[in-house]
Amino acid sequence: MLRYAIRRLLISIPTLLAISFIVFALLDLAPSDPTANLPLTIPPEVREKIRLSLGLGEPFPIRYLKWLQQFLINEPLAVFEQLTGLSIGDSENRLRVLSWATRSPVTDLIVERMPQTLWVVGMSYVVAVLIAVPIGVISAYRQYSIFDQVGTLISMLGFSIPTFFTGLLLIVIFSVWLGWLPSIYDTTHVVNDWESFLFQVRQMIMPTMVLALANASQISRFMRASMLDNLNQDYVRTARAKGVRERTVVLLHVLRNSLIPVVTVIALGVPTIFGGAIVTEQIFRVNGIGALLITGIESNDIPLVQTLTFIFAILIVLFNLIADLLYGVLDPRIRYE
Amino acid sequence: MTNKRRFLAAASALAMLAGPAVAERGADGELKIIYWQAPSTMNPFLSGGTKEVEAASMVIEPLARYSNTGDIVPALAAEIPTVENGGVSEDLKSITWKLKTDVMWSDGTPFTAEDAIFTWKYCTDPNGGCAQTTYFEGVSAMEAIDAHTLKISFTEPKPFPYTALVGSESPIIQAKQFADCMGAKAPECTEQNFNPIGTGPFKVVEFRANDVITLEANPHYRDPAKPAFAKVTFKGGGDAESAARSVLQTGEFDYAWNLQISPEVLTEMESAGKGKVVVAFATSVERIHVNFTNPDSALGPDDRSVFKADGSNPHPILSDIRVRKALSKAIDPVVLTEIGYGKTGKPTCNVLPGPDIYASTANEACKTQNLDEAKALLDEAGWVPGSDGVRVKDGRRLSFLYQTSTNAVRQEFQAIIKEWWSQIGVETELRNISASVFFGGDPNSPDTFQKFYADLEMYTNNFSGVDPEAYMANWLCDKAPTPATQWQGENINRYCNPEYDALAAEFAKTAGLEARAEIAKKMNDILMQDYVMFPLVHRGGTSAHANSLEGVLINDWDSELWNIADWRRAK
Repeated sequence: MLRYAIRRLLISIPTLLAISFIVFALLDLAPSDPTANLPLTIPPEVREKIRLSLGLGEPFPIRYLKWLQQFLINEPLAVFEQLTGLSIGDSENRLRVLSWATRSPVTDLIVERMPQTLWVVGMSYVVAVLIAVPIGVISAYRQYSIFDQVGTLISMLGFSIPTFFTGLLLIVIFSVWLGWLPSIYDTTHVVNDWESFLFQVRQMIMPTMVLALANASQISRFMRASMLDNLNQDYVRTARAKGVRERTVVLLHVLRNSLIPVVTVIALGVPTIFGGAIVTEQIFRVNGIGALLITGIESNDIPLVQTLTFIFAILIVLFNLIADLLYGVLDPRIRYE
Repeated sequence: MTNKRRFLAAASALAMLAGPAVAERGADGELKIIYWQAPSTMNPFLSGGTKEVEAASMVIEPLARYSNTGDIVPALAAEIPTVENGGVSEDLKSITWKLKTDVMWSDGTPFTAEDAIFTWKYCTDPNGGCAQTTYFEGVSAMEAIDAHTLKISFTEPKPFPYTALVGSESPIIQAKQFADCMGAKAPECTEQNFNPIGTGPFKVVEFRANDVITLEANPHYRDPAKPAFAKVTFKGGGDAESAARSVLQTGEFDYAWNLQISPEVLTEMESAGKGKVVVAFATSVERIHVNFTNPDSALGPDDRSVFKADGSNPHPILSDIRVRKALSKAIDPVVLTEIGYGKTGKPTCNVLPGPDIYASTANEACKTQNLDEAKALLDEAGWVPGSDGVRVKDGRRLSFLYQTSTNAVRQEFQAIIKEWWSQIGVETELRNISASVFFGGDPNSPDTFQKFYADLEMYTNNFSGVDPEAYMANWLCDKAPTPATQWQGENINRYCNPEYDALAAEFAKTAGLEARAEIAKKMNDILMQDYVMFPLVHRGGTSAHANSLEGVLINDWDSELWNIADWRRAK
């Protein structure tokens, strides 16, 4: 298993290099201009100077190699230095990936936005899993019961209604009409006592629930289908015939086997947590990674978009690997040599 | 100016009499502002975007700024220099600013003329990529006569000398803080760019790019009674509609900026009674530009929409003034304004709608639509209706390509205008281009507004500050964008009129507000009566503030937060 994991990790290096080239080239070749959103009152000569000051004067291969070096070596070093307080080599003059719009290092922006994204999107994912698994199990066990029908209906609604609609609906009901919950997320809020914790919960409820509904619908459908597949298997009949308690049959035998495909779905969904929830973050102004990506795209902040997209690519490759390894843990029949 | 100051003094004396509660710094707690486009930096020299300029205007200040009526009022200067008070030299080649002597930076060090000189050097460093260099154009030297007297010399006589270090777009930064950030180092100074030390009413506590800025009252602010708020939370992100909602409906925020949303929605939100919508008009005009050169796609890149000084490449149809006039007559700016902007816009017939002293009244006829006159003009020009209703002449159809940027209101305008034009026998093909490409200025893209590969195009333009000299010089013959200039140039129409050029030259030499206004009006009238553009809507800046917030004087000439030091909570 360890050898397999190492081999897979090594294979992913050329994959990631290829991805990094495609990401960089695509964004670089796309027609865009970082000065496009400036007011028309700024004359063209000044715009040209701004473009030059952003390093756009150099040829493509040089910019790609520079970016790669900055991303793979300089940025990790800088983050390491910030975490540990040590300084390695010539850290003063080390060039970092600078965002064009903010002129600050891209990783600093990402680090600044991680907390709210992990809190809101991560929490919504946890809530989604906690809701989805029991619902899926019960729906399958009592197939075609009232519970199953209602569960199916809600899943369908959650799956098909986009978050920009549910988000607005919740805001209109809970912020405008009832005035219970804030419609705008305060990213500077610090939790240090019971009072502030309650506020944090209140401001997280709406975005978390909107996202959880969308995620839970999907996961619960997978859970239900997978349970149904297993409930009719021979080993279930055998277990019951042996006189095993129904509880043990369902929760130990069936659930464990049914979880295999669901775990894959959940693991593959984890990178999207780090990617943020673009629409929901925008509606509630959570201003996490998703919102960062959108502002980057809107202001043609190419280095920011390139770096974020590449980080997403790394996460997806990584969690694919983790999902594969989890198979082996859950299913003893699967062995990697 | 002295009258104004006397008035201000009287007003503030009255305010003190009215309520003793006003006069305490930080007494009104927290002010919450929402800008749905979040600022990406606090250094306006590195961004140039409105949102950054306005956010920074709470912290760093210029010598003088524009009030809500478009007048120049002192900020860091003690008074406005003029020729009369000796501040501006007789030959108009230098201006001497007397600075306030009691101003401190928020770190407690004194503000001097050296800081102003440093700012000039900082922005004009060729490697710095400063977005506001136009403000320093024509400045040959700056010198400190003493610590609080700044003399700015110009290479040529400057009839309007209030450019460098005037207005929120060219504020003064602290020399000490930015000393190591000159030239190519400028973008790397993240700490300084995010947390500039300023002289303004507030100072940055924490800056989170594109998200939220936390500020607190500047303890060294020159007026000990101001600002009334102890803390400002400046939140960004999301969209205009929910920003409006957070002020007008849920009351979570006190002030929301730039609410370009459908007028009905805004009115409905306002009816909740928590806040009000305020509109300020400056110089933004939505207009349709006419292409005076031939944009035929069959032409090569050196001819298509390229201005030739000998006049050899005219537009085959639109070079006839009767056609241009007919197109203009068929448009009803009043209806368009009502549909697209409501009370946040006014129909206009001028490309130069303000300040009031520059606004011409000679072109009001454009506000009345007259389809019959339009038809008669086209008949006269020899365009006769064909079998399908579209007019033809010499085998050519009266058909235009009309482009603009992608934007709901603009597409609605396009559809309505297309319908009006079809009623006079004009066929219109509509096109919309993503704003970042259209305004992007990429010389390799065929879709930029500068390249103008269309017959007509619509967008809004304006000028910053209150002096229209540079703006009116946009329509000079030699400012036409061509391949030779990498398609740079402000004369988007490729209009060329020697009479107009002569007026512009005269404008550049004339001092005195009255005389300058006379020329500006004449130039505006030439453009309008030659139907170079069809102005549609004079657009206002729209914002909303909570009913509990007092002192807001919305301003489209300068930062909307220009007088934030005077904002206070209603008692």
